[in-house]
Amino acid sequence: MSAEAIIRIRDVWKTYRLAAEEVHALRGVTLDVTRGEYLSIMGPSGSGKSTLFNMIGGIDRPTSGEVRIEGYRLDDLTPGQLAWVRCHKIGFVFQTFNLIPAMTALENVAIARVFAGASPEQARRDATATLERVGLGHRLHHLPDQVSGGQQQRIAIARALVNRPSVILADEPTGNLDLRTGEEIIRLLGELRTSEGITVVAATHDMKMLSASDVVVWIKDGAIDRQARRGEIRIEIGSIDGHAVA
Amino acid sequence: MDAVIPEQSAVPWRVAVAVSWAGVRRRWLRSLVTMLGIVFAIALLAYMLVVDDLTRALVRARDPRLDVLLQKAGVDVLAGGGPDRMMILLVGLALFTCLVGIANAMLMSVTERIREIGTLKCLGALDGFIVRTYLIESALQGLAGALSGTLLGVGVALAVTLASYGGYVFRFGSLPPVLGSVGIAFVSGTVIAVLAAIGPAWWAARRQPVDAMRVEE
Repeated sequence: MSAEAIIRIRDVWKTYRLAAEEVHALRGVTLDVTRGEYLSIMGPSGSGKSTLFNMIGGIDRPTSGEVRIEGYRLDDLTPGQLAWVRCHKIGFVFQTFNLIPAMTALENVAIARVFAGASPEQARRDATATLERVGLGHRLHHLPDQVSGGQQQRIAIARALVNRPSVILADEPTGNLDLRTGEEIIRLLGELRTSEGITVVAATHDMKMLSASDVVVWIKDGAIDRQARRGEIRIEIGSIDGHAVA
Repeated sequence: MDAVIPEQSAVPWRVAVAVSWAGVRRRWLRSLVTMLGIVFAIALLAYMLVVDDLTRALVRARDPRLDVLLQKAGVDVLAGGGPDRMMILLVGLALFTCLVGIANAMLMSVTERIREIGTLKCLGALDGFIVRTYLIESALQGLAGALSGTLLGVGVALAVTLASYGGYVFRFGSLPPVLGSVGIAFVSGTVIAVLAAIGPAWWAARRQPVDAMRVEE
């Protein structure tokens, strides 16, 4: 099991000091994510879901404990090394797409490739191929505000994919999309997991994403409340496995 | 045993230039307003320097009829010309105001783009890249503003001296000092724009990747 774990989280605590009191955003979280798995993290605001997500992405450091991606220990790295891990090993997909508004679809994807060390010319070739892969070969030279929300998220997915990361981290990727477009994005992420062997970790409230997930983890008060594989999850109207849906 | 993780490497300057240029193009109206501040201040500087160059050359000519014109224009012929203190003060104030104005515009621009900066850091951008893009963005505005301001200032200076002294300007005027003044004005505009952007660029580079997650605009 642990040999296959692409993400290993061991007894991770995150503590903030607010005035005189200590607030524990995470309380000893331990979690393994297997290569090629689709994992959804569920939890209400303030549950520690975002903190856990940020730890996996190397954009926040635990107060104690260990986070590893592909064996690389993230919690003890220099800023330059963390930037390397984010660039080469992780692809980020955001709820608000986060494309650079002044840059075309092609430029938005190519810049991620340039950060990974490709020449601008090679980066453009790779970005073109990746945008074609997500069905946007005809939108290369459009600015983000000239395409639909779903297409913007596809550009963002192409940007996350272009450096062939091990893990795609998606923060509420369907949160700003309508039902049908959200389903298309979920399908695309699922396809990429199968075809590229990429591990997908998504923080989500979206029930549609749960049905596409291999594993669902519920976070409550900074700890894992429950972890279930898809077959074990009972989805009913208004609740998932007994947890109310907001 | 832990694998050794390399340090992220820096990207070529031309990439930072391309990103900066895209930013200027996208926010062309804001860039234009920022640029206007530079145009005004540098035009005033160029005007003062060029009028001074030409006046000094005319005073050195020691032509009696020209001296009368110079005295009519308020030039102290015996002292050899030179800009008055009020003019120097005014130009100094204009340059300082320009510096503060650009710093403010850049700070606003950076604040608006916190999420964008966080996103670039998530993609692997280093602090140095962020600093460079903002310095280049300001330098591009500075170059354009300084060029326009210098042309405007020199144009007005020539028009004013020609109106006061007519053909004497071409007869006694000397080109090298004027070219020197043009260079000083042009370089000053660009340097001021870059200096003004240092603080905001440094602040921008200190933003964290987690800022990419901000939902509010």
